[in-house]
Amino acid sequence: MFTEHVLSLAIWLPIVGGIAVAATGDRRAPLARDLSLVVAIMTFLVTLPLYTGFNPGTHAMQFGEDYAWIEAFRIRYRLGIDGISLLLILLTSFSTVLVIVSAWRVIQVKVSQYLAAFLIMEGLMIGVFCALDGILFYVFWEAMLVPMFIIIGLWGGANRVYAAVKFFLYTFLGSVLMLVALIYLYYQSGSFDILAWHELKLGRIPQILIFLALFTAFAVKVPMWPVHTWLPDAHVEAPTGGSVILAAIMLKMGAYGFLRFSLPITPDASHELAGFMILLSLIAIVYIGFVALVQEDLKKLIAYSSIAHMGFVTLGFFIFNAQGIEGGIIQMISHGFVSGALFLCVGVLYDRMHTRQIRDYGGVANRMPIFASFMMLFALANTGLPGTSGFVGEFLVILGAFQVNVWYAFLAGTTLVFGAAYTLWMYKRVIFGAVANDQVAGLQDIDAREALYLAALAVAVLAMGVWPDPFLNLTHASVEHLLQQVSVSKL
Amino acid sequence: MFGVTMQTIYLLIPLSCLLGAALAGLLGWKIGRRGAHTAAVLGVTLSFGLSAFVVLPDVLAGHHFNGTVYTWAVSGGIPLEIGFLIDPLTALMMTVVTFVSLMVHIYTIGYMHDDPGYQRFFSYIALFTFSMLMLVMANNFLQLFFGWEAVGLVSYLLIGFWFTRESAIYANLKAFLVNRVGDFGFLLGIAAIYHYFGSLDYAAVFAIAPQLLGQTLQVLPGADWSVLTLICILLFVGAMGKSAQVPLHVWLPDSMEGPTPISALIHAATMVTAGVFMVARMSPLYELSETALSVVLVIGAITAFFTGLLGIVQNDIKRVVAYSTLSQLGYMMVALGASAYAVGIFHLMTHAFFKALLFLAAGSVIIALHHEQDMRKMGGLKKYMPITFLTAWVGALALIGFPGFAGFFSKDMIIEAVHHSRIPGSTFAYLAVLLGVFVTAFYTFRMIFLTFHGKPRMDEHTLEHVRESPAVVTVPLVLLAIPSLIVGWFTIEPLLFGRFFADSIKVLPAHAAMAHLGAGYHGLGPLIAHGLQSAPFLLAMSGLGLAYLMYVRYPELPDQVRARFRLVYTVLINKYGFDEFNDKVFAAGARAAGDALWKVGDEKLIDGIAVNGTARAIGWVSAVMRHIQSGYVYHYAFAMILGLFLLLTFFLHR
Repeated sequence: MFTEHVLSLAIWLPIVGGIAVAATGDRRAPLARDLSLVVAIMTFLVTLPLYTGFNPGTHAMQFGEDYAWIEAFRIRYRLGIDGISLLLILLTSFSTVLVIVSAWRVIQVKVSQYLAAFLIMEGLMIGVFCALDGILFYVFWEAMLVPMFIIIGLWGGANRVYAAVKFFLYTFLGSVLMLVALIYLYYQSGSFDILAWHELKLGRIPQILIFLALFTAFAVKVPMWPVHTWLPDAHVEAPTGGSVILAAIMLKMGAYGFLRFSLPITPDASHELAGFMILLSLIAIVYIGFVALVQEDLKKLIAYSSIAHMGFVTLGFFIFNAQGIEGGIIQMISHGFVSGALFLCVGVLYDRMHTRQIRDYGGVANRMPIFASFMMLFALANTGLPGTSGFVGEFLVILGAFQVNVWYAFLAGTTLVFGAAYTLWMYKRVIFGAVANDQVAGLQDIDAREALYLAALAVAVLAMGVWPDPFLNLTHASVEHLLQQVSVSKL
Repeated sequence: MFGVTMQTIYLLIPLSCLLGAALAGLLGWKIGRRGAHTAAVLGVTLSFGLSAFVVLPDVLAGHHFNGTVYTWAVSGGIPLEIGFLIDPLTALMMTVVTFVSLMVHIYTIGYMHDDPGYQRFFSYIALFTFSMLMLVMANNFLQLFFGWEAVGLVSYLLIGFWFTRESAIYANLKAFLVNRVGDFGFLLGIAAIYHYFGSLDYAAVFAIAPQLLGQTLQVLPGADWSVLTLICILLFVGAMGKSAQVPLHVWLPDSMEGPTPISALIHAATMVTAGVFMVARMSPLYELSETALSVVLVIGAITAFFTGLLGIVQNDIKRVVAYSTLSQLGYMMVALGASAYAVGIFHLMTHAFFKALLFLAAGSVIIALHHEQDMRKMGGLKKYMPITFLTAWVGALALIGFPGFAGFFSKDMIIEAVHHSRIPGSTFAYLAVLLGVFVTAFYTFRMIFLTFHGKPRMDEHTLEHVRESPAVVTVPLVLLAIPSLIVGWFTIEPLLFGRFFADSIKVLPAHAAMAHLGAGYHGLGPLIAHGLQSAPFLLAMSGLGLAYLMYVRYPELPDQVRARFRLVYTVLINKYGFDEFNDKVFAAGARAAGDALWKVGDEKLIDGIAVNGTARAIGWVSAVMRHIQSGYVYHYAFAMILGLFLLLTFFLHR
């Protein structure tokens, strides 16, 4: 019973748990906290068997579930995971626990709703990563927007409504075209079975149109240049937990979409438009590198850095070799750890100083040495230092890119300099130096709870950097299969 | 022996340093100062002991090792591994690195005695040693890059050790970024190797390399480059960063912002030697590209001569030593470019001893004068600090290549090797290294005379408290002075003319500099005797003599010379304007570009026109549409009828 329904459990446990948390009402915050932590940890434990029971030797979907849902349109409740989705699910359940812990003391208003929104969102996000039915996927994909919209709109900063609406409209408009593509595929294939779509013959023009329709949905989510401008605003206004989930998981949905839909369903269009995708990715890496350099707001800086790092993911996907795609996948996971950690670090500072402006800081290391050490590690991971997870993906993608074109590798490689420049310059201005003002002078170092979630991420970042093989090993069969799919023309 | 395999020992050597670093860093608050330095020193002592007395003899007995420790990752069927290559080149590097590091560790106990960051410092220097060991022990490019970046990281942490000082945190960021520029080239070189060789394993790459001769890559339309040349030059860009070659040398003088033991560690044993080691290690590749060798030679020669000149005008004692490091690294590169890899490594080794010695001696002076680094406020210290004084003289004589001292053998061999080289640029390089000898002698003894000789120029109070440093400081000085004097005597024959590097370094018969050296070598005595009547010796002596005249006999002379050669002085004191250029063009340019892309690209074009423009357009359309929603039923009825009429027309006329 359990092993057959692990995925359903991973989806519905946090959703039902979230509803239960919401039901505790406004008055009993401690209960809401305890309950949500239990639910998040249980969900994480539920997802662990996905790893231990996963067979990395096959590309076939595992832990499958398949039930009729809406018979009239042959929409089914169909779930399953392969090596591409597995890591993302684990990342989701891991990050949610940290987010719940990080909200422990910071959120004091409408505690139960806040925590419930994250738990419900967790279930929906896991749903996105394991749905194998087009409509089921779409439902999770759209439903996920709602809790995030609420999180930004209710617990966000001063300009939260603008940011929330911008976030919602950007991503919603993108998704509408995706729905059109899904319906077209239904009419062509007679079902919403994503795996059947992989095998579906399609002409050149339909492929290109489908690719572009999906592209609008996925590119906005990643976000790719030039549809990235919602992200800095959303991050700046979102509460810490919202930023963490946004950066760690939500951005990955778009990238995941490219692998699950675009590449296998429209291989010819993918090849034809690869140059365009690579161009956008490289612009993201170089252009955003410059923009990140001059940011004065900590969260904006990390948000821009996210866009540049996601540029590596899409670059890796569209150079069509194993190093590129596997590097892209690893980069997604690593970025989940690193950007999540950096947003948590900013949260730690913001909770104490109530400002995100870099110029309000300086000399934090004098008062918060333990925190400074953690943030140093995450900053270095953000610059792609070997030995941290940030290196693995960038390295593999650059290796892959060189095989296609030396200039791709050259432009992607500039991140070595830019990434270091914007990250460490920020670190210097915030953490190093003499104590800048009275507020900094009064800072208290992190407490045990904060140290706990930063340490968990530090371990993840180092483990993946020192020995990425156990992570990469999960993806080989699936990536090989994907490369084979994308290499066979459907024309 | 005792059931411990050599593999275990290889692992133990770097890991004992890592363990020392971890204990000092993570548990420093608990084990205290004594615990921290005990952990770090014991770790490095173990590394040194095993390197010098177990691994080195074992390698000399002919037992080499090349094997994998673990598979880091596999992608596209190509394994990327962490593994060790233990051969004479590695064993020599391990011994030098751990010995100098051990001296620095011991010295630090005294030097950093009063610093609140004591444990953190020990953690960093042990980590530094670990990184460098991983770098030299690598058997593949992945691990090489790991070590490569790791030493960059630790130098970043160490240069910015006193993180409340604005100058220190400027210098460490600069060091990291400049190194990253080098690493960028290095990483591209590795990507090229991966692409063309299908492996990152040294042995596999070296085996296939000759087959790639003649293969070209179209970099730009119409520009076909030899693949091997491209790879070698990209790798060398990395070496230019780490080994501070012009124009990526700018970080090194600023690295003086770190505590002195670090300067010794960075400049002697770790970090800056990485580039030299790498090129020597890659000799099977560089030998195949004369263009690349020529680049190495010319860049090395430029660095050797022109950065040496900068040392003349510095007043900060540490900076003089720093510029001498730059210049000496140039010498090493020149040797490599002339295909005399063994000589380059030989100079790396002798330099490690006397440069560490000079830095630690400078540090000894600095603490005696309460952290005064300006030589204009020193003078006459020989009376007060005899051990420091004597050992500094040994270091200085070794640095200028006085016959018999360690530096003599290696530097003389470099000059001879370039003399015999036929690579394009070798004539220029020969002149540069020859004139460099004069410059070296002049700035070195300017420093010695200003510091230890003449009249004391510090204030009364400081002078009263000047005394020789404690044993933890002077013992490392003496232990470094001994090899600075004698190490050349018994190493020159096996290293240069024996078979020591036979399996590590490959030289093509066409590049015969080493063979020429061997033919001219008839033993130590004749070499020293010949050295006493050669051009370099005369140049060195005239440099020393000029320094004596200007800084001991006629101390008023320097001011007059400076006034006379105003322009030259201005150029030198501004370091040829590299720093200013980088600040104004690269740093300011990048910020300006960032501002433009952000304010114009993101905010004006994308958000202003595309996003908010769409919103405005929708707003405008809906404003127009609103008029249609009048609320009058007959308006709606009319619209419906109109619609019906249009639809009917459409269907009827289809």
